[in-house]
Amino acid sequence: MSPDRLAYMANQIGKFFAHRPHEAAVAGVEEHLRKFWDPRMRNQIVADLKSGAAALDPTVREAVERLGATSG
Amino acid sequence: MLHVEPDFGTPASAATASVTLTIDGTRVTVPEGTSVMRAAAEAGITIPKLCATDSLAAFGSCRLCLVEIEGRGGTPASCTTPVGAGMVVHTGTDRLRKLRRGVMELYLSDHPADGMTSPIAGVGEMQVMAGIVGLREVRYGAGANHLAAAIDGSNPYFQFDPARCIVCSRCVRACEETQGTFALTVQGRGFASKIVAGMDEPFLHSECVSCGACVQACPTGALIEKSVVSLGQPERAVETTCAYCGVGCSFRAEMQGETVVRMVPTKSGKANHGHSCVKGRFAWGYAQHRDRILKPMLRAKITDPWREVSWDEAIAHVAAEFRRLQARLGKDSIGVITSSRCTNEETYLVQKLARAGFGNNNTDTCARVCHSPTGYGLATTFGTSAGTNDFDSVDHADVVLVMGANPTDGHPVFASHLKRRLREGAKLIVIDPRRIDLVRTPHIAATHHLPLRPGTNVAMLDALAHVIVTEGLVDQDYVRARCDAEAFAEWAAFVAEPRNSPETVAALTGVPAETIRGAARLYATGGRAAIYYGLGVTEHSQGSTAVMGLANLAMATGNVGKPGTGVNPLRGQNNVQGSCDMGSFPHELPGYRHISRPEVRAIYEREWGVALNPEPGLRIPNMFDAALDGSFKGLYVQGEDIVQSDPNTQHVAAAMAAMECVVVQDLFLNETATFAHVFLPGSTFLEKDGTFVNAERRIGRVRRAMAPRNGYADWEITQMIANAMGCGWTYTHPSQIMDEIARTTPTFAGVSYAKLDRLGSVQWPCNEAAPEGTPTMHETGFVRGKGLFVVTEYIPTDERTGPRFPLLLTTGRILSQYNVGAQTRRTDNTLWHAEDVLEIHPHDAEERGIRDGDLVRLASRAGATALRAKVTDRVAPGVVYTTFHHPETQANVVTTEYSDWATNCPEYKVTAVQVSPANGPTDWQESYRVMAERSRRIEAVPAK
Repeated sequence: MSPDRLAYMANQIGKFFAHRPHEAAVAGVEEHLRKFWDPRMRNQIVADLKSGAAALDPTVREAVERLGATSG
Repeated sequence: MLHVEPDFGTPASAATASVTLTIDGTRVTVPEGTSVMRAAAEAGITIPKLCATDSLAAFGSCRLCLVEIEGRGGTPASCTTPVGAGMVVHTGTDRLRKLRRGVMELYLSDHPADGMTSPIAGVGEMQVMAGIVGLREVRYGAGANHLAAAIDGSNPYFQFDPARCIVCSRCVRACEETQGTFALTVQGRGFASKIVAGMDEPFLHSECVSCGACVQACPTGALIEKSVVSLGQPERAVETTCAYCGVGCSFRAEMQGETVVRMVPTKSGKANHGHSCVKGRFAWGYAQHRDRILKPMLRAKITDPWREVSWDEAIAHVAAEFRRLQARLGKDSIGVITSSRCTNEETYLVQKLARAGFGNNNTDTCARVCHSPTGYGLATTFGTSAGTNDFDSVDHADVVLVMGANPTDGHPVFASHLKRRLREGAKLIVIDPRRIDLVRTPHIAATHHLPLRPGTNVAMLDALAHVIVTEGLVDQDYVRARCDAEAFAEWAAFVAEPRNSPETVAALTGVPAETIRGAARLYATGGRAAIYYGLGVTEHSQGSTAVMGLANLAMATGNVGKPGTGVNPLRGQNNVQGSCDMGSFPHELPGYRHISRPEVRAIYEREWGVALNPEPGLRIPNMFDAALDGSFKGLYVQGEDIVQSDPNTQHVAAAMAAMECVVVQDLFLNETATFAHVFLPGSTFLEKDGTFVNAERRIGRVRRAMAPRNGYADWEITQMIANAMGCGWTYTHPSQIMDEIARTTPTFAGVSYAKLDRLGSVQWPCNEAAPEGTPTMHETGFVRGKGLFVVTEYIPTDERTGPRFPLLLTTGRILSQYNVGAQTRRTDNTLWHAEDVLEIHPHDAEERGIRDGDLVRLASRAGATALRAKVTDRVAPGVVYTTFHHPETQANVVTTEYSDWATNCPEYKVTAVQVSPANGPTDWQESYRVMAERSRRIEAVPAK
């Protein structure tokens, strides 16, 4: 899938949680990705982030890093 | 003999006090306010009548229902005379018989004398009443009469024969009271009086909406279905549920053998109370349309012609291809799409096929592109994904807020119900960029119309909330008792910020601050306030946020949990609610339980005998993206036309073309079939058993009226695929599927076909706590416990206007057509809407040199199409509007891939476009037409 599209979708999610305190916002994004994104999409955005292909907002970046840390 | 629903003559009284009287020596006790006619009918005593029917208020014009009442002079009409305590009524005296016979004789003196060949021979009320009053002879000779009056056959579905009309006004009153259109009237006086449509126009050209209420009301056959005229009277009836919109009307399919003669809405139907619209009552001819495909077909490539094959060969091919793809690319490389046009039992089996047969959760449904934000929004705030109230609840509403919905077109039978309540005095707020009919319609005018700029819903909802919070209009007791206090405090502080004030938001929405303040005050203080919303709320980048914004408003004002209130999504298709209930979404099992929950998976693992994948699968747009990146290559689509209905058609087409095995199960070679390798012919709702769930959570039976012309009901076809893939399913009737649903889904635990047969329908939750269903949800507490206020920050869509695309396109639907039009385009409904048109404001049209009816090019960054312009101030300057019913237009060539942040529901309602004069179809339209025509070729079967 297009890294730009995945990043766009993830950043959209991040904007919804932006008003929350930082930790809650990161957790909100991470939970949303886990609950609603197919694993191949999650794996890809983790890979995109590692390769520098995903331009993620800071909160979203942190959430995706957590995804990467737990998805092994 | 055809059984008909009893007619008690006048509506039931809602009074709780009762009155006892004596009719023909029988003591009768009825509610106060009941008419003598109805009291008699309830006691089994028939009083002759013509102008009375129990769906309309008593009128007292025909003089046939006269009775004698002891102690009173004269012979009053029983329909307009209310019962009185101790009243003694006689209905069959010699005096009455003589009077009635005389009245009937006068009627028949100016009536065609074709009793044996009349379209209503033997069954029409007129003939029955002539028999009851004992009329044997008409003594009046030839004189002035109406027998030569011309029949108006302009409407494709019914005719009006003035010669048979007795001007009883039942049609006029049905148009007013039942439908609320006021298209009919009595013109002239005395002998010259006659029924006319509009300004004495043919029915087709008047404002008549062809709902058929007048036809159903007519006692003489003056107004009658053309199908009855040509086929004769039906001989049997099958009660079923309409397969069009989410109102879910109950109908009797009246049949001759395996032929539908007519569809008649049932008075006992709890969603429609005997009313219908032009689609449900008349647009069923598609079932017999010549385009219908009745044999399975295969082809190796989508550029090949189709080849008819046996069911065995088709099913074996599907199973082999799906297994081949899974072996090569992994088990997640294939998936399914269910349809809201299919039954619960069918959608349940399709998602089961994915989860238990394919071993993945790649199941999605067309609700993805309409009401998936409702699922997310209402589940988050209230705890479950469903409308809160039943339709009848609107009778108790003092204020009705309609946002992003067009009920008179999309949900016409509910619209009639709503209009009745508005005529009684309830106030109306409409939030919609377009001046929908409801804003101003006969005897109804919205108190506030907020014609906001497309894409600013959330800003508007925050501004309404700002007024409610800052002007002290919050129902503090309700919020304290029912809602999460911390979340409320956070939300209240947020909406109170000056940036959410109407004065600030006016610049974003284009709606004056005072109008916003007025609407907010009315909603909060006008009494019981009900919200009804549609896809104008959900189909945005912030669709889920807007749904939560509506829920916030309702909770803040205490408007959830009682009749006359609530947050009620008007579902577009017949079974949107049901297909979602059945676990069609990739992240949740039936009953909205997340797939990651081991205790829920365990229920199905026990039932199905397989281990389930705990990870969510692909949603429809994700399937397209995955197809293009090569990880998703096989798709089984039941009853859905994703190529026509999903956004950014060129992107969808490219994704479909990238797949290796697309299986389409449908009635017709739809646009999706253009990209299919296997076509499995489907069955219509008339040909199978099952259930639908309407927008008020009402589970209604679909009953087989005729054998499937394709050979199998759709659930049987899914079972054949499943078994070819080794599933070993053994269902022999859909009731067994419902039994499985009830065993595994708490909200359906009390549902069975036997119960539905007994009660007619039930609203879920239907379980031990509510064995006969739940009309109003969240009565004593929210499903999630405390109602959750959610901060709804307005985030403008990234779809912006600019120099290249300066206008905003929003899309919708029209009364006579349904969704992608696959069904309604194959009926005479095309007379009303033969093509999609582009509504454009006179100012924008003039600037571009466009006149009404001109062919114009509608272009966005996604693509371009050409269609005719309709110049109208129904849309605001800067906004254009079209429908998506016709594949020749393919409005979704223009829409973009922007979608709701939470659910990926497409942003159909906001596309930046440019409109310019056009000489002909666009390149895309031309090339697509050629490809689609080529794709529909069917190889000739060699002669044996």
